[in-house]
Amino acid sequence: MSAHSLSIRDLHASIGDKPILKGLTLDIPKGEVHAIMGKNGAGKSTLAKIMAGHPDYTVTSGDVLLDGESILGLEPDVRARLGLFLAFQYPMEIPGVTIANFIRAALQARLPEGEELEATDYYAKLYAKMDALSVPRNFTSRSVNEGFSGGEKKRCEILQMAMLEPSYAVLDETDSGLDIDALKIVSAGVNALRGPNIGMLVITHYQRLLDYIVPDKVHVMSEGRIIHSGDKDLALKLEAEGYDWVEKQFGESGIKAA
Amino acid sequence: MSTETKPDIEIDRSVGDFRYEMDYAFDAGVGLNEATIDYISDVKGDPDWVRAFRKEGYRKFLEKPMPTHWATKDLENIVFENIRYYLSQGQVPKRTWDEVPDDIKKTFERLGIPEQERKFLAGVEAQFDSEAAYSNIKAAVGEQGVIFVGSTEGLKEHPEIFKKWFGKVIPSGDNKFSALNSAVFSGGSFIYVPPGVKVKHPLQAYFRINAQNFGQFERTLIIADEGAELTYMEGCTAPKFETATLHSAVVELVAMKGAKIQYITVQNWSSNVFNLVTKRGIAHEDAEVKWIDCNIGSRLTMKYPGVVMKGKGARGEVVSIALAGDGQHQDTGAKMIHAADNTTSNIISKSISLGSGRSTYRGMVHVPKHLKGCKNNTECDALLINSHSRTDTYPAISVRGQGNAVQHEASVSQISAEQIFYMQQRGLSEAAAMSLAVNGFVNDLVQQFPMEYSVELKRLIDLEMEGSVG
Repeated sequence: MSAHSLSIRDLHASIGDKPILKGLTLDIPKGEVHAIMGKNGAGKSTLAKIMAGHPDYTVTSGDVLLDGESILGLEPDVRARLGLFLAFQYPMEIPGVTIANFIRAALQARLPEGEELEATDYYAKLYAKMDALSVPRNFTSRSVNEGFSGGEKKRCEILQMAMLEPSYAVLDETDSGLDIDALKIVSAGVNALRGPNIGMLVITHYQRLLDYIVPDKVHVMSEGRIIHSGDKDLALKLEAEGYDWVEKQFGESGIKAA
Repeated sequence: MSTETKPDIEIDRSVGDFRYEMDYAFDAGVGLNEATIDYISDVKGDPDWVRAFRKEGYRKFLEKPMPTHWATKDLENIVFENIRYYLSQGQVPKRTWDEVPDDIKKTFERLGIPEQERKFLAGVEAQFDSEAAYSNIKAAVGEQGVIFVGSTEGLKEHPEIFKKWFGKVIPSGDNKFSALNSAVFSGGSFIYVPPGVKVKHPLQAYFRINAQNFGQFERTLIIADEGAELTYMEGCTAPKFETATLHSAVVELVAMKGAKIQYITVQNWSSNVFNLVTKRGIAHEDAEVKWIDCNIGSRLTMKYPGVVMKGKGARGEVVSIALAGDGQHQDTGAKMIHAADNTTSNIISKSISLGSGRSTYRGMVHVPKHLKGCKNNTECDALLINSHSRTDTYPAISVRGQGNAVQHEASVSQISAEQIFYMQQRGLSEAAAMSLAVNGFVNDLVQQFPMEYSVELKRLIDLEMEGSVG
């Protein structure tokens, strides 16, 4: 655990009476890209929501530390302003609110009270980021996610990430619903944002995404825990051989059997 | 629930919620009877026909029952004997702010009226309780023959125009509250725009209630002669009192052939105000009357701006935004009376209900059998913020005959917890997220407001949302 990491310590969480996370530990240092893979129902997306502070889930023990400081107990917006970003698997529509106004409000929320975001600087930055992500200019006047295709929604998430410049980003199934061309564009966007000042956690079901966003480490999640970690080759092996061998070898059922 | 025991509703209303102590030179006292009406007529120096008009209005007010057979029972909590019907310092409206008495002037300065006037208005009238304290119009507009004065001045100085239309669009016996207004009216604007004159910048009136247990009954009459064009805006505030305050205005618009009148209201009443207003316009041939109505605040608002399309090709439009905060009831809508061929009406209504707030839409569209080529479009959308918020829609559309078209769409939606979480994840507080979603919901309508008013509207919505989350 370092002061410059997003660190999850023995995290237990549940929804209602149902435990979802059962002692999950993970450390994402700034500057690295980690991937979490796992079967459907392993709790991957739930982990993302719990880190972001979704009100439906209760953390029963353990901690989540952002640069050494616990963020559990903070409102979702406070966590966001501290530098945590979640690219949603299913981004919500906000009718009548344009992307330009939405991102502007989000940036304004990060300024001290009484300080106003400078409009010309803002638009200059927005257009520069849009160009870099190959997002057409007319995007900004559309309502957030309303009537967007799957690819547009994901690109909109990456644009927000580029504008908000988080220190840690969790990308939840960013590849879902994308065709190969959209996947390439979104991945290029994510790669452009990689660097020493950001730690990323990429949650995915398929190795396909990791051909484009090459991770420093790959973790396998099963039944609410990380059961195995490795380098990018682990993803290839999972793709080729499936999850059963790793669950058998490292998972709870495997351990019990041993 | 009675007027006296209704609990305070904690909403930040800091903008309008202040008052300075006043000495009133003229006070009609508490309660209403013939003597009250004579007192008002004496103080104002009414001509005989106005005194007679008032007396007739009073009689009709007594005759008419409270409309509780269709409207809310909360109306029964208005205690007419406890209300003060006329209060003034005996002021004559001043033409410069320097002449306005300091105690009144500082109220309007705090509300930003003189500043707005300098920035973007063609003329301003500022009413304080029963009478206008200030009334002025830019010289260039006055030179075109535009008349913009208080109603008291209008009926005395321009009787030939005033008398022709006064009480003709809305007869005093139209409803119980128009009858009450007819009996005790004071203040409001009188505007006449001569043929072909297009007033570029808006004229504005600001209505301020300062006194407790008070009833404000302004009366506005606007006439746009052939081919004339005018935008009129009104703003209203009152401080928050423990007891009920009554605002019951009557607004009559007349658009002659080819004229256009746009009437914009942004009200921000405090939560003790009963706001019961009758507004109607007549559109002659090819004329257009458009009401843009934004209702925020009040305990109960009942308001259904109407357009009577009397001439061929006339157009009527109502664009309405209502925000019912906790404990408030916004009962609003529109009336469209088609009375000639090829007339077109459009109603767009959006309401937001917060907490235990309730919004009601009542629409009436009438197209008689003998008419041809008439069209109406009605859209009403409601947004509920909390699970115990409430919305009701009562459309009444009677379209008869061939070749008339009517279209009606309604929707109810709710801001979901997932939407709020999404916005919070971007760094917006829960209240800011709510505000943004609500502003998004009304965004297409707010675009129709002049810039300065849309900014004000956004700020008012933000204030309401801040008070409602937490």
